[in-house]
Amino acid sequence: MKKAILTIGGGIAGIEASKTLAGLGYSVSIIEKESVLGGKINNWHQLFPDFREGSEVKEYISKSVDSPDVMVFPGTEITSIEKNDQGFYVKSNKAVAFDVNAILLATGFEIFAAERKEEFGYGIYDNVITSVDLEQRFKKGGQFYTAGGKVPKRIAFIHCVGSRDAKTGNHYCSKVCCITGIKQAIELVKLIPGVEIFCFYMDLRMYGLEYEELYKSAQENYGVQFIRGRLSEASENIDNSILIKCEDTLSGRPLKMNVDLVVLLVGMEAGEGTLNAGTLCNVGFGSQRFLSCRDAHLRRNLTKQEGVFTAGTCTGPMTIPETLENARSAALEIHKYLSEN
Amino acid sequence: MIDFGFKIAETRTIDYEQFDGRLLEYVIQNERSFVKCLSCGGCTATCSAGNLIEFNIRKINLLLRRGEFEGLAKEIDKCMLCGKCVLVCPRDINIRNVVMLIKKGIVKFKNEQISS
Amino acid sequence: MKIDGKRNVWHNYQKEIADDHFYYVRSCIRQNFFPGSEYAFLRIMKEELGKDIYDDPKHTTCTGIGYHSDVVPFETIQTVVARHFALMKESGYKNLAVSCVTSFGIYSEIVETWKEFPEELEKIRKSLKRATGREFDIPENIAHTSDIIYKFKGEIAEKQENQLVNKNTGRPLQIVEHIGCHYSKMFPTKGLGGAEFPQVLAGMIEEWGGEVVDYPERRHCCGFGFRQYLIQANRGYSLANSKKKFESMAPYQPDAVICNCPGCTMFMDKWQYVLAQTEGKFYGTGKQGIPVLTYEELAGLVLGYDPWDLGLQMHQVDSEPLLDKIGIEYDKKSKYDLTKKMSPKKVLT
Repeated sequence: MKKAILTIGGGIAGIEASKTLAGLGYSVSIIEKESVLGGKINNWHQLFPDFREGSEVKEYISKSVDSPDVMVFPGTEITSIEKNDQGFYVKSNKAVAFDVNAILLATGFEIFAAERKEEFGYGIYDNVITSVDLEQRFKKGGQFYTAGGKVPKRIAFIHCVGSRDAKTGNHYCSKVCCITGIKQAIELVKLIPGVEIFCFYMDLRMYGLEYEELYKSAQENYGVQFIRGRLSEASENIDNSILIKCEDTLSGRPLKMNVDLVVLLVGMEAGEGTLNAGTLCNVGFGSQRFLSCRDAHLRRNLTKQEGVFTAGTCTGPMTIPETLENARSAALEIHKYLSEN
Repeated sequence: MIDFGFKIAETRTIDYEQFDGRLLEYVIQNERSFVKCLSCGGCTATCSAGNLIEFNIRKINLLLRRGEFEGLAKEIDKCMLCGKCVLVCPRDINIRNVVMLIKKGIVKFKNEQISS
Repeated sequence: MKIDGKRNVWHNYQKEIADDHFYYVRSCIRQNFFPGSEYAFLRIMKEELGKDIYDDPKHTTCTGIGYHSDVVPFETIQTVVARHFALMKESGYKNLAVSCVTSFGIYSEIVETWKEFPEELEKIRKSLKRATGREFDIPENIAHTSDIIYKFKGEIAEKQENQLVNKNTGRPLQIVEHIGCHYSKMFPTKGLGGAEFPQVLAGMIEEWGGEVVDYPERRHCCGFGFRQYLIQANRGYSLANSKKKFESMAPYQPDAVICNCPGCTMFMDKWQYVLAQTEGKFYGTGKQGIPVLTYEELAGLVLGYDPWDLGLQMHQVDSEPLLDKIGIEYDKKSKYDLTKKMSPKKVLT
């Protein structure tokens, strides 16, 4: 009989790992708490750094679950886990239970809720949105207007919202927001001729291949301007435009500016799903609430629990290619484990 | 008018709404590479003049981009045009040309004001 | 603007406010510049709400002015505060009602210090014993008097005689609310609604029929703070902050400004005169300023008290435009009449 694995989380990490495991001869069940698979990939329009269509990644993932050895259970969450001689017995909130030899945690990340930064006015001022809201508007397409129905002349991007911030409890860098901001700035310039874009940053983290080039291109070819200074507060003017207050640190003076739209570059957080699954499996959490790895250099997919593995952003911020590679690595680790036991 | 014995303090905030972009536009039109500047400070670090007197080419370029050019004419004359900044710039900006354009631009706009 | 967004923020910053049996500590500035204010508060608490509030003649200034001007050292102010706590204990009260926002900040700051540094608390116990022979307990509840008025805003609304509505246009009055820095900026969880979108005055204004004006410099300091304006030559620096707020709120044409800190009320009220004299600027209609009131005066007006009993004639900016908008009757001739008796409250028939 084939050995069985339970993948908790039906995003790109869970699906890629499960498909790889099915190809290696295992039977895999994926449970996903939402009614559709794919996780956050469903939100993205064009991907950094080369504006590749997000739908292509989605298509790749959808093809992966078309296999007799991969069973999908949407709208399902785990409620209890028991260890036994063969592996684990897992109960869920639906009338289905799982008898498996290994568990893969692929519970992903949650997007930082920007309402928590009250001083930025998200959820209060109509013209303050997040990068996720913006991405969804790109997907919808059509003309771009502010909340008041006018064509924006000036737009501000705010970096590090919910990341690198002691007040929100997230000290870490979410990695992907800087490049997302620059990508979206370029998309807006293409969409709205003549618009002025300003990015307010503390540091610009252009670590990946082609990221620095995109930053240079944003300045050279799209006129995007960068001001080093953290936003202290956003306020609404009488005409619904937003007043930005920051320091222009490089000249040492405070700066204020009226903009038609503010885009908050929100970071990644470990979410409810990760918290629940991590607690039930007792794998331990790092200081920033992501799941702990058994060995951060050599065996990132292993946890302190025998037979429980991780894939994807439940252990920390990752880009899409990094997540897919991490997922395939998780599959190989599980294969190694199940072959030896 | 009553003298209350104090003067109301002026704000020192850069108000972007008061931005006068003429000089900046003139410089960018004639030296496109200037937009790539990321204020890393490499130019100022190596600057011959800046090592000896208060002359900060990074700051001058930055204030130009904020539309603030009070006293720029006097400052920009301190540049020796030695070209060391161009050698170190990681973004390949012709800073020497930027300096020349600032000088030319100031004269141009001053003449325009006198003639009009 | 989505007002609901603000209400969501308020949920995160709620605090316990005592119900009854308060020990009242007065404010140096509120007593002197807005004398009707504390009178109104005590009258509302005792006569309207039937609460037990003790105005102890033995208490003194909290010495906050001296402390914030580097004249009174930290140990001294802690001992003065401890003496007030001792007086509370001796008269059997556990709930502190603080009139001044700077005092509120001082009491909160000192109690937090004693929590984090118990050695300091022991030191002060010895200090007070040596100086006066008294012993003290830390109060169970420390509330600012605006918190207490907020708590009973519903009860006040039940007895309301005047709505905060412009009787000529039928529109709710546009009111700017301004809280003192020490109310919630130091400890956001000790201020109702937090520091960004404070709830305490907004709640009162909305309950009594008005509308809150949100303007860009809402959370900016008025510039008070003792240190920066005690010396005359520095006052311009201090005043520039109030000016910034006025410039920002002017386009919204507010009908009034309400403050809970007596210093802020003083500044917002008196600087309009200086700005009119030095810069020819008027922020109200024509050559008028924007009337500035304390929340106690507002509560008094809403309950139908006579404006001159509330001390509105002591304000720099005339309150008459506001009184006319609400439709409150007042006797122009008796405005500065010191022999005038307190008006009995109008009885609802």
